Amino acid sequence: MSLDKEKIKHVAKLARISVDDAKVESLTKDLNSIFKFIEQLNELNTDKVEPLTSILNQSLRSRKDEISDGKIREKVLKNSPKENDEFFVVPKVVE
Amino acid sequence: MADITNQSLNEIIENVKTKKVSSTDLTKAYIKNIESAKKLNAFVTTTFDQALDKAKQFDNKPNFDQLLPGIPLAVKDLFCTENTKTTAGSNILNNFIPSYESTVTKNLWNDGSFLLGKLNCDEFAMGSSNETSHYGNVINPVGDQLVPGGSSGGSSSALAADLTPATIGTDTGGSIRQPASFTGTVGLKPTYGLCSRWGIVAFASSLDQAGPMTKTIKDCAIMLESMSGFDEKDSTSINKKKEQYSKNLKDNIKGLKIGIPKEYRVDNMPKEVDELWEKGKKILKDLGAQLIDISLPHTKYALPTYYIVAPAEASSNLARYDGVRYGYRSKQGKDLIEMYEKTRSEGFGDEVKRRILIGTYVLSSGYYDAYYLKAQKVRQLIKKDFDDSFTKIDAILTPSTPSSAFKIGEKTNDPVSMYLNDIFTVPVNLAGLPALSMPAGVDKKGYPLGLQLIGKALDEQKILNIGYAFEKNCDFKNEIKKWWS
Repeated sequence: MSLDKEKIKHVAKLARISVDDAKVESLTKDLNSIFKFIEQLNELNTDKVEPLTSILNQSLRSRKDEISDGKIREKVLKNSPKENDEFFVVPKVVE
Repeated sequence: MADITNQSLNEIIENVKTKKVSSTDLTKAYIKNIESAKKLNAFVTTTFDQALDKAKQFDNKPNFDQLLPGIPLAVKDLFCTENTKTTAGSNILNNFIPSYESTVTKNLWNDGSFLLGKLNCDEFAMGSSNETSHYGNVINPVGDQLVPGGSSGGSSSALAADLTPATIGTDTGGSIRQPASFTGTVGLKPTYGLCSRWGIVAFASSLDQAGPMTKTIKDCAIMLESMSGFDEKDSTSINKKKEQYSKNLKDNIKGLKIGIPKEYRVDNMPKEVDELWEKGKKILKDLGAQLIDISLPHTKYALPTYYIVAPAEASSNLARYDGVRYGYRSKQGKDLIEMYEKTRSEGFGDEVKRRILIGTYVLSSGYYDAYYLKAQKVRQLIKKDFDDSFTKIDAILTPSTPSSAFKIGEKTNDPVSMYLNDIFTVPVNLAGLPALSMPAGVDKKGYPLGLQLIGKALDEQKILNIGYAFEKNCDFKNEIKKWWS
């Protein structure tokens, strides 16, 4: 299959990345060549193959549901591009 | 004493232990080298003052029983370091100062070493030439205008140029082994789960592994011993006793069975790579190993599988960069959605955006079965190829890369030709196995080439031993002229 410009703009919207119209052209070319490469997989019949979901021989551990840290609001907010001492601040969402 | 910085980590440790050099003098020697190597652009951040403080502390109260006594180390800028900026090579993290330390670096510091600086890398470890970094190209000390490989390109360059006695990188599809091969150094990708992923900026979580990059096999064993180990904070960390890789290093490989996979002889492979592979086989055979022809029939599908699995996981992992909690935020954007979109568009570089889009597409409604599920099935077949082979052999020998280091800009216009660099390294990540790249020779231009040893899961000791025996019997010597200083 091939990806057209509209499809790529749609995927970019899903990924929350704005793409300039000027860039869509080269992106379309690159992604189509990558997908052409990827689609070699269609040569293989995998009907009877179980998908591999973990390469570990162990199952994921569970731990006790207990508090191990906390009271580190300052640390958590320290790298925020915008905050007001207590909260992360974002552009107005509700009118 | 002669220049200490061109010695191996093991020799340097001996010199510190026998008080031939103090940690402070050692640190000063590296700082001097780093300051005269700005042209290589290997560092994003240096932490000289902090390093000198730590060196002084060590010299005042030395503990020579530690694995890495008083050793300064620079690490890839993908490892979060407490109170030291961590960028992952990206503009979106250009102001990120972690308030925590990655488990792997913490393990290194607990053994007596300390941070010298943070090394440049491809953005979010996505690249094979270090050309996707927001902080500029890194130069390979082997030659001006040559790429150092990627994504751990700052690590390989700094190591080969004597700017750090050893270093660590991460390997999702070859990001330790390919740069090691391009710089004539040793690089090991451990078994998935051997080194904790906690505190490492995530790229593709089912493939990412941290590992050592060193000048010798012995150094590699020392570093792996220090950085590995069970970590409760990583749900995929393997719970087992820590191994003493350096103490248990042996060069007797008599009787070991080495598999030679026919599928690794690819079209258009330079003659020199093939000749080097032959040379490697002969060395191992002369040491008493037995060569066995094997087949890994799904090898050619590893790279296409990787380019579904890795971008899919990346698109999910990188969703966290939204300009709200940390990192860069665009000044544009009238509302929340537009703020996200502008932040991510301005914060990420082209290769990262490409991979996020691939990942988003292959996971999107209606395409999941055709791409992601298909890739997971092929991944099963690739793993099965290795499982079947390892019933009859101890390790596998292949070339590390299909070519030596290339020039900056040579492959940037064609993503697929760039991806093909990782053709021999990617299958190992998909199967979760350990693999070592060791320097083995040079091509006709004089650029280094490496050979790869692949082991069974958790069989690091065995591939280190084979590498150790190989190193002693291979006449390779990395002769880099310091043209940059």
